[in-house]
Amino acid sequence: MIQLVQVGKRFGQRWAVQDLTCSVEPGEVLGFLGPNGAGKSTTMRIVTGYMPPTTGSVRVAGVDALDDPVRLKSRVGYLPETPPIYGEMTVRGYLLFVAEMRRVPRHRRRRHVDEVMERTGIADVADRLAGRLSRGYKQRVGMAAALVGEPPVLVLDEPTAGMDPRQIIEMRQLIRSLAGRHTILLSSHILPEVASTCHRVLIINKGRLVAQDTPDNLSARLGGRRQLRLEVRGSRQALEAALAEVSGIAGIRWPSEPGHEGTTVAELDLDPVATDGQAAGDVREAIFFALASRGLPILEMRSLDRSLEDVFLELVTHEDLESAAKA
Amino acid sequence: MAVFAIFKRELKSYLVSPLAYAAGVVFLAISGYFFSVILLATRVADLRPYFLNLGVILLLVTPLLTMRSLAEERQSHTDELLMTLPATAAQIVVGKYLAVLALYAGMLALTAVYPALLYWLSDPPAGPIVSSYVGALLLGGTFLAVGVFTSSLTDSQMVAGLLCFGLILLMWVINWLAFAMTGPIADAARQLAVFERFDDFTKGLIDSTHVLFYVSAIAILLFLSVRSLERRTWM
Repeated sequence: MIQLVQVGKRFGQRWAVQDLTCSVEPGEVLGFLGPNGAGKSTTMRIVTGYMPPTTGSVRVAGVDALDDPVRLKSRVGYLPETPPIYGEMTVRGYLLFVAEMRRVPRHRRRRHVDEVMERTGIADVADRLAGRLSRGYKQRVGMAAALVGEPPVLVLDEPTAGMDPRQIIEMRQLIRSLAGRHTILLSSHILPEVASTCHRVLIINKGRLVAQDTPDNLSARLGGRRQLRLEVRGSRQALEAALAEVSGIAGIRWPSEPGHEGTTVAELDLDPVATDGQAAGDVREAIFFALASRGLPILEMRSLDRSLEDVFLELVTHEDLESAAKA
Repeated sequence: MAVFAIFKRELKSYLVSPLAYAAGVVFLAISGYFFSVILLATRVADLRPYFLNLGVILLLVTPLLTMRSLAEERQSHTDELLMTLPATAAQIVVGKYLAVLALYAGMLALTAVYPALLYWLSDPPAGPIVSSYVGALLLGGTFLAVGVFTSSLTDSQMVAGLLCFGLILLMWVINWLAFAMTGPIADAARQLAVFERFDDFTKGLIDSTHVLFYVSAIAILLFLSVRSLERRTWM
């Protein structure tokens, strides 16, 4: 449905995206991960026809971006990073404009717009000025604009930015419900978000593709080193002594955070997981028994969520190490 | 279709913006003042002196009307919507231009009170009045195209407005070169003088070369706007 072949985009002297090849199957949700400035937005703008690539070719829904940009645009719904809203229009007026531009037949326009507003949860603000809405609502109005006209391809740049937790959950549900009917390319820097909505993940850094896999495979690859956060009633010395008995701990950090009176917090780096995935559970059990036998009550033990920054650092350093090894 | 949708949206957005009303008020207030003072001073039922002063008002008002046209889209990120909807840059520019032209035509239509007043007082010849209005539409249309063009060059409405003002002023005084020089430069300057051509319209003359001049000036400026709009996404 979306095919990028050796796509590159240069701004002045700087390449924002380089040699990017990937494809998205019909009905698939592809997640685009990367830090700020990695070239996510640029790539998405190329796919939407907002800007042409400097090199390479882009085909969306069978249309080449350079051959027929207008036809390509008619098949792509785009939610940019900043929702592109005309503040002086009502939400309904705004969506009717988009519907007219997308050539939704006149007699179906109102019903179609009403239906899209219903789906995106903005029916209650239909007659309010779009510029006066909260960030979360603006984001959903932008999402509605992308959906108007039922384009087969949706490109969503950070669709949950600026939303509160409940809205984020609703947005993810909406995106999941759109999968299958639409082909979706979405970007995010939140790993769990991508894991919960996408079939496949693409990680880019400095304009280049770093990794491309399913979220499960990716976390398996990256989950090599897991971390635990431990809060225990007792002194640091006692905890250190107890943990010394447990095998499978690669390192201990002592974050100096204001804990409760008489408790100690430790962050443990665990040894790489065996491929069967059992080791992590074993370490936790071993920690439990070691501390229990010494009379150190565990107040809290949880896995630390790995932020994209960690994943990223890991991937990028791996890359750097590999290229250094080759050199 | 796309042009019409953009035209409608743009015109509606003008009609809810204080800027359009402020520009309208300034235009009509100064127009009314010129008209009344000239009428009272000369006691002649003639619109020509009024139209000869129209340039000053347009110099002031057109940058205000057009500075937001394309610059604001960039500023508020709505260009990302507009440029990813199925429409060409040409359709966007033409739709936007026609909207601001319609607004200006509306303001000009309100000045029809003056000839109506003259007909009530006296019986001036209709020819020069009609031709003056045609000329005013072409002259204003050219200035508005200048404004749309300068608005396509920058994200800043201020810069767009200032450039527009500067270009119009330059078009006004360019024929001074004709006095300062001789030869091809002087000839070219005389050709470019937008107000000299307008003068003929106020005399009751609709010269097809003048019409062609204004229409081609508008076409060239809009073409340049399209190119500038396309080029910004290429960089």
